[in-house]
Amino acid sequence: MPISQLASSESAGERSKTFVFEDEGHTLGNTLRSIISSYKDVQFCGYTISHPAEKKMNLRIQMYEGRAVDALRRGLEDLVNVCDHTLDLFENELTTFKKENNIES
Amino acid sequence: MDVNDEKPRIILEEYKVTQNLPSETTVLDETFDIRKFKKKFRIVIVRYEKYEMEFDFIGVHPFLANTFRRLMLSEVPSMAVEKVFIYNNTSIIQDEILSHRLGLVPLKANPRLFEYRSEEAKEGSEQDTLEFELKVKCTWNKEGNKESARADDIYKNNNVYSKHFTWLPIKNQAEMFKAEEVGPIHDDILLAKMRPGHELDLKLLAVKGIGKDHAKFSPVATAFYRLLPDIKIIREVEGEAAERLQKCFSPGVISLRHSKDGRKVAVVNNSRYDTSSRNVYRYEDLKDAVIMSKIQDHIIFTIESVGAMTADVIFTEAVKILKNKCLSLLDELSQS
Repeated sequence: MPISQLASSESAGERSKTFVFEDEGHTLGNTLRSIISSYKDVQFCGYTISHPAEKKMNLRIQMYEGRAVDALRRGLEDLVNVCDHTLDLFENELTTFKKENNIES
Repeated sequence: MDVNDEKPRIILEEYKVTQNLPSETTVLDETFDIRKFKKKFRIVIVRYEKYEMEFDFIGVHPFLANTFRRLMLSEVPSMAVEKVFIYNNTSIIQDEILSHRLGLVPLKANPRLFEYRSEEAKEGSEQDTLEFELKVKCTWNKEGNKESARADDIYKNNNVYSKHFTWLPIKNQAEMFKAEEVGPIHDDILLAKMRPGHELDLKLLAVKGIGKDHAKFSPVATAFYRLLPDIKIIREVEGEAAERLQKCFSPGVISLRHSKDGRKVAVVNNSRYDTSSRNVYRYEDLKDAVIMSKIQDHIIFTIESVGAMTADVIFTEAVKILKNKCLSLLDELSQS
């Protein structure tokens, strides 16, 4: 399983952090970046796969205020909710579609 | 050129792509909020044929569609031949080429009933491995038509197909599965060609894996999404020009309607299946008659399964994988 660890930080302290995700790539990187960078209190969020031979993804979060970890946690929680809702919606729609069209499941 | 509505659109002009500017924020540029997301997000199933399906994602940012697409292609598991033991191969196809071909044969086995095999494990167990045997020998065909020049009449077993796979159940696997539930999906995949005296004696081990490791483990033939095309005719096009306009788009997109005074007028019938080619712009007189656009928060998803899992299961598995990823990361964050 992937491990998230903190890389060295600078004077901004808790406000700006780079998180390293092991064994992750563009799939999670772009998803988290897209969600987190839309938050109002986030100044910058971006990700990079620093070397193609290394299975690592770096996610950088810079905040106007608050802690970078909290934005990451919020991003992950939002994503979990998105997944739950998508699953519910998809399964509901599929059962109604099957019923309407007389498809056996 | 302008489309006056509140949908986020990209407008396909002759030499450039522009966007319309809705007065309020759209899913493309607003702050992510789960309540707003739940309110806007809709899924519409358009076509469901078990192993193939098409559905619409409405009111979401395309990044989400891309995430699910990527997950289906490379992180949803399936079973495939991973190891081939070659006891005898006197056919003309080389060992390594044959092994590679065998790996690509899609298997029916449901990956959800299996575990991943750990790298250290020397022996496969009934939970993580499927064993097959491929034992075929080519001989002269003594019976049959002597006059015939067809290879199928002269030889026996001159073609080796995927139907020659015989399943060897490990331990109690025979009680858990039936042979037709785990074997190759298609029984007519040509694996090798042989002549009398040639022989294959192989043992194949199939394991569970993901597309990230090797494309043979990918459960989908294709999984793709596109934006909903929208075509608007902004001035009346009639007669020969209307027929020309119809030919500029995919069949069924533009239809011709007879007006009361007997003229043929072009109207948009259904722009969903348009390929968005910009053929209209080749005609000077039609250029200003249409606006071609795509709606950026309306995504059309198409999933084509290889055949081990139904298309809807592949999608739900992808969503669950993302959820579990996030949950385990959250877990790790709260521990540190």
